[in-house]
Amino acid sequence: MSSILYDAPGPRTRRRTMVWSVVGALFVLGLLYLAYRQLDSRGQWEPERWQIFTEPPLGQSASDVWRSLLIDGLGATLRAAGIAAVIALALGVLLAVLRMAGTRWVRWPVTTVIEFFRGLPVVLLMFFGVIAVGLPIFWGVVFGLVIYNSAIFAEILRAGIVSLPKGQSEASYAIGLSRWQTLFTVLLPQAIRRMLPSLVSQLVVLLKDTSLGFIIGYAELLRRLQLNTQFFGQRYWFQFFVVGAAIYIAVNFTLSRLAVYLERRGTAKAAGGVAKADDAAIGGTTATGISV
Amino acid sequence: MDTVIDELPLYWEGFTTTLALTLLSAVIALVVGTILGAFRVSPVPTLRWFGTVYVEIVRNTPLTLVFIFFVFVAPQLGWTPSDFFAPAVVALSVYTAAFVCEAVRSGINSVGLGQAEASRAIGLTFPQTLRLVVLPQAFRTVVPPLINIFIALTKNSSVAGGFFVAELFGVARQLTNAHPADIIPVLIGIAAFYLIITIPAGILAGYVERKVAFAR
Repeated sequence: MSSILYDAPGPRTRRRTMVWSVVGALFVLGLLYLAYRQLDSRGQWEPERWQIFTEPPLGQSASDVWRSLLIDGLGATLRAAGIAAVIALALGVLLAVLRMAGTRWVRWPVTTVIEFFRGLPVVLLMFFGVIAVGLPIFWGVVFGLVIYNSAIFAEILRAGIVSLPKGQSEASYAIGLSRWQTLFTVLLPQAIRRMLPSLVSQLVVLLKDTSLGFIIGYAELLRRLQLNTQFFGQRYWFQFFVVGAAIYIAVNFTLSRLAVYLERRGTAKAAGGVAKADDAAIGGTTATGISV
Repeated sequence: MDTVIDELPLYWEGFTTTLALTLLSAVIALVVGTILGAFRVSPVPTLRWFGTVYVEIVRNTPLTLVFIFFVFVAPQLGWTPSDFFAPAVVALSVYTAAFVCEAVRSGINSVGLGQAEASRAIGLTFPQTLRLVVLPQAFRTVVPPLINIFIALTKNSSVAGGFFVAELFGVARQLTNAHPADIIPVLIGIAAFYLIITIPAGILAGYVERKVAFAR
């Protein structure tokens, strides 16, 4: 393979690469072995510890544990994320439209509001929702997620609209569409399509951010992990952590794959192409905001 | 309003703790992330896989879970730090390094293939190619996303407030407890301190981006 940094290798380089591969593999295996031994010295591999998920002690059944994690925990996480995503998307479209309004009396305040909300930590917004607005915990979590993410969605959509070829709006004005008709029937549909990967990867961020509910006391997945360790004992923290992490990674990974799939499909179909999901995921060079 | 002015020392303490958390984690994340980024573009497959697996796992894990690992799980595994500042720095660094790695990788990959091929063709050695041709161009692409990553890190440091570190968000919880009558001004004060960092940094990122933007 050729890359920016090196040519397609010849026989000697291939041999050298081979050697370094082995060295690299030893390095990685060494790290894994160290981690394994550290865990082993703490007795984390004892079957008894992992039986917490098959035959838990204290008169609980395995289904009790799994229900508290998957139905109550993951369920609460997905519920908050789902509701917040719907409201934030709707609000994001509204903010994007207002931000591109003709009069500066609308445009400037909306721009200021978006910049403000983008610059604040989500957990602070959740805390504000609960303690200052007086919302119940669930709606406090949703409040924080909606305020922050609608600002980000608005920026993603605006970046999408700006990136469209100028001919699109010129042509729609030329055939006599009004400003709003142009926006809603010509520009927005294309912008949404073009930015779909970015929107989906922002949804992954939103899902991850529901975990901030842990801090303000919303009983989502991570809080369930903690409640379980409080009930069964701190010594089970590692086991619960592993399962919790696996659940989160599985759900997010599926969503991330969806973003990549949409990106591929979009590049094949859409004439103007589709913005890369990574741009949003790492707060790339486009004005798609920061979704770290 | 009076409460905010009376409590300014506490605000200041929170602000400096937030800054310390952010800067320390930023430096560590930058170093670790750059090494991982180098792994991901290296010709050695095992190192590439290692980088990829690290990034994929961390990017799909919520920061709160990383904090849970270093604050609650690590003591079970034999790491018992004396305070909560160290685990917070480690958690933020581990998390942010994955994003730095991605920025570095896409920066290097954004340099045109022809650039490196041409420099090899005129006989530059590998270090020369890197130093004179690839890295100067990659750097321009990497800086704006890096600033954005550090803005996000500033906001992410607020999670430490939920894990017993008295940074700005921790101060917010403390003060709203102490002054239930002045919750809104107290929180607006906290928000202002965050915005002091994030908004100028955002403007800087935009400026740098325009400044280094060039046709490729």
